[in-house]
Amino acid sequence: MSIDRATAAKVAKLARIRVDEADLPALADEFNAILGFIEQLQELDVSDVEPMVSVTPMRLPRRADIVNDGNQQARVLANAPDAREGFFAVPKVVE
Amino acid sequence: MSDLNKLTISEARDALRKGEATSAELTQACLAAIDAADALGAFVHKTPEIALARAAAADQRIKAGDAPAMCGIPVGIKDLFCTEGVASQAASKILEGFRPEYESTVSAQLRDQGAVMLGKLNMDEFAMGSSNETSVYGNAINPWRAGNADTALTPGGSSGGSAAAVAADLCLAATGTDTGGSIRQPAAFTGTVGLKPTYGRCSRWGIVAFASSLDQAGPMTKTVRDAAIMGAAMMGHDPKDSTSADLPVPDFEAMLTGDIRGRVIGIPREYRMEGMPAEIEALWAQGREMLADAGAVIRDISLPHTKYALPTYYVIAPAEASSNLARYDGVRFGYRAKMSPGDGITEMYEKTRAEGFGAEVRRRVMVGTYVLSAGYYDAYYNRARKVRTLIKRDFEEVFAAGVDAILTPATPSAAFELGKKHADPVEMYLNDVFTVTVNLAGLPGLAVPAGLDAQGLPLGLQLIGKPWEEGELLNIGYALEQAAGFVAKPAKWW
Repeated sequence: MSIDRATAAKVAKLARIRVDEADLPALADEFNAILGFIEQLQELDVSDVEPMVSVTPMRLPRRADIVNDGNQQARVLANAPDAREGFFAVPKVVE
Repeated sequence: MSDLNKLTISEARDALRKGEATSAELTQACLAAIDAADALGAFVHKTPEIALARAAAADQRIKAGDAPAMCGIPVGIKDLFCTEGVASQAASKILEGFRPEYESTVSAQLRDQGAVMLGKLNMDEFAMGSSNETSVYGNAINPWRAGNADTALTPGGSSGGSAAAVAADLCLAATGTDTGGSIRQPAAFTGTVGLKPTYGRCSRWGIVAFASSLDQAGPMTKTVRDAAIMGAAMMGHDPKDSTSADLPVPDFEAMLTGDIRGRVIGIPREYRMEGMPAEIEALWAQGREMLADAGAVIRDISLPHTKYALPTYYVIAPAEASSNLARYDGVRFGYRAKMSPGDGITEMYEKTRAEGFGAEVRRRVMVGTYVLSAGYYDAYYNRARKVRTLIKRDFEEVFAAGVDAILTPATPSAAFELGKKHADPVEMYLNDVFTVTVNLAGLPGLAVPAGLDAQGLPLGLQLIGKPWEEGELLNIGYALEQAAGFVAKPAKWW
């Protein structure tokens, strides 16, 4: 498996990380080095093995489906880069 | 008493209870040591006002009697832990200015038991690194130096600031977190003790997430006894973390008898790596002898899937990171990039994440995105989860065959020069070769300083225990610590 420039650009897009055109070849090389390292996993026969879901055998706990928190608007917004009128503010999404 | 910052937790606790020292005095000694140690880059946010207020409260509580063991003990907190009203950045630009409105469960437990927070400690960005070189704050520096050289060495990572601070006596102990070795490798590089508890022992709530199925908090201390004391204070069930174990936490300190007669210690042949330095091999052999002399039974064992642990980790950890770090989008907290005219929300996300994340974090998020993407999910991510099952099974089989704990080297080398391994990410990843299996299997692991190399740098051994048996693990570590008699300290140059 070898990653080319177009794949690197696609991955960057999916990850929502801007990568300059000029940096794509180096990024593709880095991916290839890491994926080359990961490639060893293909040696193993894992056809009868269950993928691990939880490292400790446990049932996830459930709580009652009731409101147990809230009324903390100011604290929720306290760290926002831009908050207005009780909301997070972002650039226009819909034209 | 002089040099109060050099005390261990147990010594300080006893002195506080006997009235030979106050928490205020201990705290002042640490704050002075911290201010004189900026060259180490260990403390990145100092909180002297909080420290002195908590010390005064602790002194009242000690006077009233019945104070817990951690009451009045000055500690450092890794920057990965959210601390209410105090910068908590995970050493990333993307969390610049973030001041949590809440306290992580682990640091809240320490606070509520009277521990004194001195400040926040340096680390690799989002705990992604093995040398503390990916931090937005700059490097943390190892207080240890090789011989008479003045070359700056790494304290290891990701909990590099924690390790440097404890080794340099800037605090009595510190919190760390360990996803692939981030407590044990820095402990080994600095001659300190690091405990990674069983997955689920410490609540992950309020700790900035890296790879949620691997992350565990733990203590970084000067002695095994201190790891027992502070570890117990950090552990316990928390309904706010769905993977937190609802199990009682034993009194680990009371279990430190040093009696390990008849305990079976496994020596995994797969950890004898090609090209391993002779000094590491020799240290490992000494460790076996020490435990045998203490009455343990040494048994050769096999963990056949060991060689697949690092590649498995470098699929699972980036995959989980790409998901966890999706929350840093410039909307709810932290950094938002400056926008150009016409930029929409996608440009805001992309610029914010490009500018806010460092190179290693960007690399891992994108690798994780790739292995989870359509067409590759089965080939990489699902396959890695299956291999993880096999790695865990290796351990289950040796424990079922009567092995009580496993002895391995903690790291493949002593502390290395800063800047030396930066160019090749895969070479850096090899640092975690002995530690990462433990995270994949969810087991407790303990790094104990066991000797010095020819250049006078500390080397550590790792003990791996059965799930939930930190007490037994710490007791074996205690026996090893006593036999090794490691007392060396770095010569002060900072």
